[in-house]
Amino acid sequence: MNDNNENSLIRMFHVYRRYGSKAALFDINLEVFKNEFIFITGPSGAGKSTLLKLLYLGEPASEGQILVDGINLSRISRKRIPFLRRKIGIIFQDFKLIHSKTVFENIALVLEAAGKPRQFIQKKIGSVLRAVGMEDKQNSFPLSLSGGEQQRVAIARAVAGDPTIILADEPTGSLDAESASQVTGLLKEFHIRGSTIIVATHDKEFISKLGGRAVYLKQGRIQSPPV
Amino acid sequence: MISLYFKHALRDIGKNRFVNAVSIITIALSVIITCSFILFFINTSEILTLWKKGVRIMAYLYQDVPAEKISEIQKKISGLYGVEDVRFISKEEAFDVLKQQMKRQSSLLENLKENPLPNAFEIRMIASSQTWEKIENLASRIQSIPQIEEVEYGQRWLARFSYIINIFRMSGYVLGILFSVASVFIVANTVRLVLYSRRDEIEIMCLVGASDGFIKVPFYIEGIIMGALGGTIGLIVLFTTFVSITSNIDQSITSGAFHISFFSYSIMLIILISSMFVGWLGCFLSLKHIIKTV
Repeated sequence: MNDNNENSLIRMFHVYRRYGSKAALFDINLEVFKNEFIFITGPSGAGKSTLLKLLYLGEPASEGQILVDGINLSRISRKRIPFLRRKIGIIFQDFKLIHSKTVFENIALVLEAAGKPRQFIQKKIGSVLRAVGMEDKQNSFPLSLSGGEQQRVAIARAVAGDPTIILADEPTGSLDAESASQVTGLLKEFHIRGSTIIVATHDKEFISKLGGRAVYLKQGRIQSPPV
Repeated sequence: MISLYFKHALRDIGKNRFVNAVSIITIALSVIITCSFILFFINTSEILTLWKKGVRIMAYLYQDVPAEKISEIQKKISGLYGVEDVRFISKEEAFDVLKQQMKRQSSLLENLKENPLPNAFEIRMIASSQTWEKIENLASRIQSIPQIEEVEYGQRWLARFSYIINIFRMSGYVLGILFSVASVFIVANTVRLVLYSRRDEIEIMCLVGASDGFIKVPFYIEGIIMGALGGTIGLIVLFTTFVSITSNIDQSITSGAFHISFFSYSIMLIILISSMFVGWLGCFLSLKHIIKTV
């Protein structure tokens, strides 16, 4: 692994994640490059979601070092965590949309939190909703939408802040085939536009459709050399 | 940003109407209970002060005290600490006053062979010495003068009344503090209920890069608004009750001797600010706990 690689966006060095005496991740060494499309794959319970959580500090690493776009996550102060998260757009299997807010408000939250002005927010939301084909649903509430539509809104929210990295945790896991294919297409499109995308999935078909490097996790360990 | 926080706060109050109403009612009840005590004490203190202004110490002399000793005793009393003025009331003068007071029954006095009333001193105290401890102290010092047979400070019952009021006042302060603390905890728990119901929302906000301030400030504004509403409702209810009670009392008792009054504007402002503080504190305590656990 070349430590000085300028193209490197994420680097994990000997990372462990333990829950009490039980370890979920063992000695993870991984490098992700700019504009790369990478899959973290493996069976359920292999540690895929945990690995993603470590990247956005949903959980801290128990041991080891993680660098995300030059930020050392083991040294980041609590105050700086929101700034790290604004660099990362996250897509969840269960969408994690706020049910009491409209589609517009859900996406606006990301931009408001980043302190963007009102006019910019309106313009930006229009453009991301157009990109995911949901521009006519901006006043709808999430529960009135189908699973596929909700996931497209979640993707719009993830990309609204122009993040450096997009993390997707089983993005098609709870979708029917047609919706899954739409989501796959959208991720592909954002990758072409220059985003670095990391997808945790156990769906082999999804991986073969998109192509890209796959890192196989089994019982918390990387099974093959990552690069 | 502030206008955005206000917008979020107002929208959230509207969305969580029921739980927020509980917080507002709690604050209003605390204001009503605590302020009822304060109002009672303010007015009773005023009445006591007025009554105390009328306090005179009467010192009665033995019948056999020679007339030439009187001015000497008067000087002695005048020299005591806390005495403003000493007036000698001769037994003849007292008898005349008694006659005037008895009016029609004054003929009863005509049958008396001699004037039974003693010579006396009427002692007025300086204002700063009109506490019950000082009055009692002075009375006992006057009593220790050998020529003085008896000392009386007519409205002695006021001392007991004042004592009871003081006990009430102390328990009022304690109750006031207890109610304020209780309302902070009730508001804190109500807010915690709201926060738990919105835990997912807070978690999502954290995940999309919202800072602690971005999440907390609208809640703080909500707390302050709830406090202001609770305080205003409490004061309105208290004022309405006060007016309906005093409109009856005024006619029968007060009759111009003293005036039962409501809080001044500045005290009402302090009450309002205090209830806003209670609302904020409730939010602060809950948020501190929730944000840590998200």
